[in-house]
Amino acid sequence: MCLAIPGQIVKKINNNTGLVDLGSVTKEVSLVFLPDIEIGDWIIIHTGFALEKISEKDALETIELLHSAYSKGRIE
Amino acid sequence: MKLQDFIQPELVKNIINELRFYKDTATFMEVCGSHTMAIGHWGLRKLIPENIHLISGPGCPVCVTPSTVVDALIDLKDVTIATFGDLIRVPGSKQTLEQARAAGANIKTVYSPMEALDLAQREETVFVGIGFETTIPGIAYTIIEASRQRQYNFSVLPLLKLIPPALHALLSDSEVKINGLILPGHVSVIIGTKAYQFVSDKYGISGVVTGFEPLDIVLGIKLLIGRLHDPGIINEYSRIVSSDGNTVAQTAISEVFTTGNAIWRGLGNIPDSGLDIRPEYDQFDALKKYNITISEEAENTACGCSNVLKGKIKPLDCPLFARLCTPDNPIGPCMVSSEGSCAAYYKYER
Repeated sequence: MCLAIPGQIVKKINNNTGLVDLGSVTKEVSLVFLPDIEIGDWIIIHTGFALEKISEKDALETIELLHSAYSKGRIE
Repeated sequence: MKLQDFIQPELVKNIINELRFYKDTATFMEVCGSHTMAIGHWGLRKLIPENIHLISGPGCPVCVTPSTVVDALIDLKDVTIATFGDLIRVPGSKQTLEQARAAGANIKTVYSPMEALDLAQREETVFVGIGFETTIPGIAYTIIEASRQRQYNFSVLPLLKLIPPALHALLSDSEVKINGLILPGHVSVIIGTKAYQFVSDKYGISGVVTGFEPLDIVLGIKLLIGRLHDPGIINEYSRIVSSDGNTVAQTAISEVFTTGNAIWRGLGNIPDSGLDIRPEYDQFDALKKYNITISEEAENTACGCSNVLKGKIKPLDCPLFARLCTPDNPIGPCMVSSEGSCAAYYKYER
């Protein structure tokens, strides 16, 4: 029940509400818990509320770290 | 953003191969029901080495909600009951909410608590507030908004529960033997990794906050093994989870709620593990508005759910599992929700 889905902000309707692209549909979500969110940001959404911004930098770093480590052999 | 990178089979396989270098036995509990489902869905329990045991914990809000709640809701007359779909099939002593709806009760499934507030513009509405820290901020905000709109047709039945006090109760039980915790990713978005510091400081085991993709989970297991003798809290899900959590959401929670005792189905009454609505928002508290009392229920004595929720037995060890207790005829709470341990085992791991 605590699953949250990722989406990308495509429009800010007002300070508290945004339109989010969820892949096949767009949906209005509440932005009250993310006051500094901008158009283009990726977020996770749960029960109609954006809960947090997803850091693309952190996501890519995790993946790249694993790729580079395994191309050299075992991770220590 | 290429989030699908977290499903790459090659990377998952590499990490699983690395786990084979670990030869001792270790038992890790995935606290969250969504992790239980992900582990089952991707077949990870069978892919990891046999000496690493994954057991399922109490992190399914529907499973730990007493079934007496369903009876109390069905007894409410002349109101609309708005609930998340997760609760609709949970058996009460006589009926599920779904059956009561078929018999004429005004029960509506909503995706968001704000939809329940919209319903209240037309009809007296009670929203069934179940959930952990992931869900609680949205419910808190909806109550603040109801107060701002003076929408007194709206109230919330507060059945909300907190993960850290449940972990305290679990880890204090001398019969529970766990070497590490896979901590709930989206609860942690709200409360932050620092909320779990007691796990290593007081109980001397490590915890890892992970995401829900297969790579997240196997990497989390690898990180736990690396910290078996150096307890600490590790953040594998740093792309979303911070040390402090979402402080705006935390402020909304404290504005509306204060901690209180809560009954966890299968685990009993755990001090300070629930949330009561503050007196300033009394008018939106369905417990007070309708004088509702939720009692602790008598469990079926053959049901092994309380031991499943504590990780003492696996669902397959329960005498009722898949014989008398199935998703179509759930006897214990762990079979009731699709995210319950028994339901996940029934679907993926029989």
